[in-house]
Amino acid sequence: MRELSLHILDVLQNSLEAGASKVTLTIEEDLMADRLTITVTDNGRGMDADTVTKVLDPFFTTRTTRHVGLGLPLFAAAARRCNGDLVVESELGKGTTVRATFQHSHIDRAPLGDIRNTILSFLLAARPVDLHYVHRVNDRQFEFDTADIRAELGNVPLSHPAVRDWLSEFIAEGEQGIK
Amino acid sequence: MPKLKSLEDLKRIREEAQKDLKVRLDTGTTITVGMGTCGIAAGARDTMHAILEELHKREIDAHVTTVGCIGMCSKEPLVDIEQAGHPRITYANVHPDMVPRIIEEHLIKGQVVEEWVFGRVTRD
Ligand SMILES: Nc1ncnc2c1ncn2[C@@H]1O[C@H](COP(=O)(O)OP(=O)(O)O)[C@@H](O)[C@H]1O
Ligand code: FES
Ligand SMILES: [Mg+2]
Repeated sequence: MRELSLHILDVLQNSLEAGASKVTLTIEEDLMADRLTITVTDNGRGMDADTVTKVLDPFFTTRTTRHVGLGLPLFAAAARRCNGDLVVESELGKGTTVRATFQHSHIDRAPLGDIRNTILSFLLAARPVDLHYVHRVNDRQFEFDTADIRAELGNVPLSHPAVRDWLSEFIAEGEQGIK
Repeated sequence: MPKLKSLEDLKRIREEAQKDLKVRLDTGTTITVGMGTCGIAAGARDTMHAILEELHKREIDAHVTTVGCIGMCSKEPLVDIEQAGHPRITYANVHPDMVPRIIEEHLIKGQVVEEWVFGRVTRD
């Protein structure tokens, strides 16, 4: 995919499908170490040890609607092309962590891209899930937790038009601030 | 620190929104965008963004929501429009440049864009 944020959306979507109620997305850009690290942690249903070993195989999927899983193997290939790797840790009934690393300056590394709309797509999911988001660029950081935002909103959903416009601006400003 | 000011905004949004929350949730329009791997790869996120922009520009208060894989790779991006009292319409292969016409004809004029329809469900 042409943006890392599209891979991120795909991984977030896995967490949703795994029934997670809380997901943490951390993006760390360390220019000194020339590393980009993307971590998604969820409290979804998790996978057993056998499944975890198969999850990077492009022909493995537990879904019945199509025959190949694409998401994780594709993301892993992107990381490996850039002197990085993708690691999946999971425990049945506890949750899953997916961590992808890249050489930040690698010529083949896709840009992070439109992270704002990746987050919005996830937050507009029919089943609401809380997201803790952390984006660090060297020593600057943008962070929020939708649990705090929900607390302010009471019974008004994140998908309310006025709220989603607010979220869109809030994320755009936050990302701008760490550029 | 902009974050504090932003949380202030949320309180105002909450008060405004609560006035008509029930009406909106009961009788509004819901637009659903498929966001499985195939959808994402086919550009569904940008289609969703185009929908949000168009709704914002035209000040239309429709609900927008995303769903995971629905098993129809080749039809992605899929966009589904549900309005109280109307059949549910699903549009296939919706790219961002198709969004203004769908919003204009379907949401504003109430005319389904037949040539892009993939399916419809009538509820009783
Ligand atoms: N966060 C997760 N929690 C639990 N299971 C997961 C998670 N991510 C992936 N899986 C499992 O790994 C399989 C492969 O994932 P993926 O490569 O994204 O392909 P797909 O989602 O299309 O099946 C999924 O079908 C699911 O069973
Ligand atoms: S993601 Fe392709 S059919 Fe579901
Ligand atoms: Mg997947």
